[in-house]
Amino acid sequence: MSENKSTHAERTDGGQPLMEAARYEDGSITYPAHPIGPDGSEPVETVDLADYRAEVVTWTTSYATPPGVREPNTLAVVEFDVDGTPVRALGQCTTEDVEVGDTVEPVYAGELRDPDAGIREAESQDWDGYRFEPVE
Amino acid sequence: MRDVAIVGASMTQFGVREGEWVMDLLNEAGAACLADAGVAPEDVEHLYVSNMASGEFEGQTGVPNALAHDLGAIPAYTQRVDQTSSSGAAGIYAAWQSVASGASDLTLLVGGEKMTHRTTAESTDVIASITHPVEYKHGVTLPSFAGLTARHYLDKYDAPREALAHVAVKNHANGVYNPHAQFQKEITLETALESPLVADPLRLYDFCPVTDGSAALALVPAEHATSYADAFARIAGIAGATDTHVVHERADPTHMGAVAESGADAFEQTSYDHADIDVAELHDMFTILEVMQLEALGFEDAGEGWQAAMEGRTAPDGELPVNTSGGLKSKGHPLGASGVAQAVEVYEQLLGEAGERQVEADAGLACNVGGFGNCVITTIMEAAA
Repeated sequence: MSENKSTHAERTDGGQPLMEAARYEDGSITYPAHPIGPDGSEPVETVDLADYRAEVVTWTTSYATPPGVREPNTLAVVEFDVDGTPVRALGQCTTEDVEVGDTVEPVYAGELRDPDAGIREAESQDWDGYRFEPVE
Repeated sequence: MRDVAIVGASMTQFGVREGEWVMDLLNEAGAACLADAGVAPEDVEHLYVSNMASGEFEGQTGVPNALAHDLGAIPAYTQRVDQTSSSGAAGIYAAWQSVASGASDLTLLVGGEKMTHRTTAESTDVIASITHPVEYKHGVTLPSFAGLTARHYLDKYDAPREALAHVAVKNHANGVYNPHAQFQKEITLETALESPLVADPLRLYDFCPVTDGSAALALVPAEHATSYADAFARIAGIAGATDTHVVHERADPTHMGAVAESGADAFEQTSYDHADIDVAELHDMFTILEVMQLEALGFEDAGEGWQAAMEGRTAPDGELPVNTSGGLKSKGHPLGASGVAQAVEVYEQLLGEAGERQVEADAGLACNVGGFGNCVITTIMEAAA
C-alpha cells in the first residue's frame, strides 16, 4: 500500500474507522501514519487518536473553498497529548465558534467533501474522517 | 563545474490574457528572450519549460517539445520542470546544472502558466491537489494554510494584524512601476484591512491573484558571456530543499525549514554575507510568507520579520528592498512562471534596466516557494561584465 492511498483500519468491535496515527521506534507519533517515521524507523504501533482529546493550536475559516467543499470551512490544527507524546492533526471543525486553546474531541463524519466534485480521482483516497468538536 | 551567466531575460504581460493559451505565452516569452540575448533558436542546446499544471488547467501536455518546434529550437534537448509553485526556480536549477556540468553551452528556460480561464475555485483546487489525502479531504487549500499560520504567527509574536497589510501596501506600491504587473495600482492600509475575509485572519489583499503569464532566461557558461552581452548576471549560488509534505507535522509552523536550508546552502556557495545582498524577490503568494522568508533566510530575527515592512526596511529606499517587481502579490503568480520572473527582476536590477523600480544593486537574491514551504529554491545572482 502506498502512503497516499490510505484506507482506514476498522475497529475490532465493528465501530467507526480509526483516526489512525503511527508510533515509531523512538516513541514519536505522526498523524497521518507514514511508511517511515521522523526517526527513520517503520511504524511499530497504531494509535487511534479518536480515543483522545486535543487542544486547538490555531484555526482559520476559509470563505473561498474548492468545488465540493462546504463554505465557509472552519479548519483547525490541534495537538493531542498521547500519554505525554504530542501529536498534531489538521481537520475541519464542527462549528465556526472555535478559539485557540479550546479542548476538542474528534467526531466522525462519513463524508468530509464531495468526492466527485474536485480534481482528485474519487477512488484514489477515502473521504470520511474526523472533525473537531469543542467540549466544555 | 563551470560558472554560469544569464545573458538574456524576458517576461510577458502578467494578468488576464484572454484568448491566449499556455503555448502562446511560452512562445512569446521564449522568442523575446532569444532576441534579448541575440541568440538564434537553432543554437539552443537545452530547453527547459517550468510549468506546474498545463494538463490540469488546459489539457495541454508535452509543452517542451511543442515549444522547441514552435521556436525553431529542434533538435535541442527538452524537459518540463514541475515543482508546483517553485517550478520556475527549479527550472533555473535545471538550466544552471545543464550549463555548469558542461552538458549545454546555451540553455533557454521558459516558465509559464495559463490559469484565468478557470474559476478561482477550480484554480484553488488544482493547486490544493498537491496536499496529502488527509489534508485534501478536509478541503484544505494553500490560502487556508496561510490563514492558520498567520494566526499562529501573530499570536506567538504578539504582532499586529496591520503588519501584514503593510506588506501588501508596499508590494502594490512597487507594482505601480512594473509595466508587466497584473495590478499597477497603490492600495491603502484601510483597503487591505477592510477587504473581504478569505481565510481568517487573512483578507483578499493578503493573497496574490490568479494569473496568466510567462518569463524566460538564457544561460551560458560565464566564460562565453561577453560574446553575448557587455553586461550580464552571474549565478553566484543556487540551492534547493524540501520540508514535510504534511504541513502540520512541522515542529514550528512559523519557521520555513526548507527556506532556511536552501538559503544557507546558496549563501555558502558565495562570498556574500546578508548585508551584501542589495535586492531580494521573495515568494509573497501570501503576505505572511514574505515575513517568514525574511526570518528563515536570516535577514530578520525570528519573530521580528513583521516589523520590516512597517518600518520601511524592505521598501525600495530601505536597507533591503524586497519585491521591487511588485512581488507575486501585485505582479501576479502564474505558477510555473513566477520563479523565473523573480530572477528576471533581479537580473534587470543588477544590469540597471529596472526603470522606475531601479535600486542600487550589485548582488540580489530570489526565493521561490512551492506548496506552503514544501519545496524551495534560493538563487543568489551578481552583476558581472
